Amino acid sequence: MKRLVISLIAIFAVCMSAKLHAAPVIKIDGSSTVYPITEAVAEEFQKIEKGKTKVTVGISGTGGGFKKFCSGETDISDASRPIKPSEVDLCKKNSIEYIELPVAYDGLAVMINPKNNWVDYLTVKELKKMWEPAAQGKITKWNQIRANWPDKEMHLFGAGVDSGTFDYFTEAINGKGGASRGDFTASEDDNVLVQGIATDTLALGFFGVAYYEHNKDRLKLVPIDDENDTNGKGPILPEYENVVKGTYQPLARPIFIYVNKKSADKPEVKRFVEFYMKEGDKLSKEVGYIALPDKAYTLGLSRFEKRLAGSVFGGHGATVGVKIEDLLQKEGK
Amino acid sequence: MSYRGFQKIKEWFIEKALFLSALFSVFITIGILSVLIFETLEFFKVVSIVDFLTDTQWTPLFSEKHFGILPLFAGTFVTTIIAMAVSLPVGVITAIYLSEYASNKVRIFIKPILEILAAVPTVVYGYFALLFVTPLLQKLIPDMSGFNSLAPGIVMGIMIIPIIASLSEDAMHAVPMSLREGALALGATRFQVALKVVLPAALSGIAASFILGISRAVGETMIVAIAAGQQPRLTLNPLVPIETVTAYIVQVSLGDTPTGTIEYSTIFAAGMSLFAVTFVLNIVSYWLKKRFREEYE
Repeated sequence: MKRLVISLIAIFAVCMSAKLHAAPVIKIDGSSTVYPITEAVAEEFQKIEKGKTKVTVGISGTGGGFKKFCSGETDISDASRPIKPSEVDLCKKNSIEYIELPVAYDGLAVMINPKNNWVDYLTVKELKKMWEPAAQGKITKWNQIRANWPDKEMHLFGAGVDSGTFDYFTEAINGKGGASRGDFTASEDDNVLVQGIATDTLALGFFGVAYYEHNKDRLKLVPIDDENDTNGKGPILPEYENVVKGTYQPLARPIFIYVNKKSADKPEVKRFVEFYMKEGDKLSKEVGYIALPDKAYTLGLSRFEKRLAGSVFGGHGATVGVKIEDLLQKEGK
Repeated sequence: MSYRGFQKIKEWFIEKALFLSALFSVFITIGILSVLIFETLEFFKVVSIVDFLTDTQWTPLFSEKHFGILPLFAGTFVTTIIAMAVSLPVGVITAIYLSEYASNKVRIFIKPILEILAAVPTVVYGYFALLFVTPLLQKLIPDMSGFNSLAPGIVMGIMIIPIIASLSEDAMHAVPMSLREGALALGATRFQVALKVVLPAALSGIAASFILGISRAVGETMIVAIAAGQQPRLTLNPLVPIETVTAYIVQVSLGDTPTGTIEYSTIFAAGMSLFAVTFVLNIVSYWLKKRFREEYE
């Protein structure tokens, strides 16, 4: 009995001391598209901090992330599109101010199964025909898109409705953020989509190009033609050059992190964001994204240091056709 | 206080404690049911029950909303049919073997193995369907999707075999020996006895196990959530991605659907419909089992 009491006291003491010395936790949630970068930054950061700080990164999608961010549950939100009006209102209601920092550029890739030998390219119009709300239940076969394609069912996969990728894709292709057919496999988890397309010869889907980089042998990229020769002629692949030059339009976009202004005053969050801006360039390349020019990170850092709150996109949500130079200009103001 | 009086009070407390424990599950059931009913009523304030039962599209998460439960039930229906097509024959044949043919040694060996099958976590079955059974089937049917109802249906059937086998075996075991002896004395072969005497006599028990298996298949979540896809589709084609009622509930519960919205209420309406189906199935199974008991006691 005595021994039991002593051991209980010992356990209690250990627990207490652990609690006293518990490392501060930086809570991050949001877009699964931004996740690979943030996770890479978080890993490096935790190595440097040597256990002093913990970072948790979730993937609820941009929308899901903002819901948590604007109710004060998280310090930083990953976003694959700028904040949108309903989220601006929610943040305002809970008096949460945010600093918007672009972290990289991403091509939104349209993908098919490697065994699919009929799709050589797609135009934006064809994509619209596939994905617009009116297509629901009607456009179900490949030969409805182009007559010489097979008379076989088309299996569509796409980012979930809570994701910024979905908002951006529908805005860019269908002309209205969130407007889409509903009869496709929708998931916030891009790995589910990779699995779906990689195992289905009749599949087509879209998600951030970084997930393609990690599954090159299981997926095939589709070049996209926006039929606007002023930004590159013919079908274009989401390759580095094309995204940087702004010819892979309309499916290239900047991605962001949003930092809670109050959290920014916590020393560990400050250190994390500074580290992010410093290493973002290298790490975003490493995980398959297109890094922004150095200037963008310096501008971001200075915005952060000045604690400039708000979005340079005016809180309108997904904004199509923002090229890197436009972004720099906006950030520089 | 006398010793007797103390004992009496003690007995009283014990009895009440036992009674409360028994009541506990009743309360929980009532609690769950009332939450389900309350939230479902909220849902039907917005969506008409006719739309819910007859609309052929289910897209509550999209901007153009449709609330037809049929596509989800079509998914549940197809996976359940496939599962039962696998588990009923295999389960009943296993039961016949165990009850009529197997020597005691073999029985002692096979029964625990069957029970291990029931102890495999369903998430493991899910990945087994997605990463092993589907690629295997795709070699035979190249046009089959990576997410489909066939593979999870088959795997679900494997999961249900122990339920059917063990309940059917109990039912066959309960058939009086005199029936078998009578048939054998008339010159019937062992196979004839099993098929024409034991099987019909145990039929109500087998039917009960079958229905219990169905309600298990209808309610199964993890396997279909992993391997069947997430696309509500009104189809009986087992080769394309579908979504079952349970998988939809998982999808919404995992996402970030805010509470109090109509999207959120959909999972309660879906859950309520599912509950109604399994409830009816369980009652039928109970009724069948009771009938079967009356015959030999």
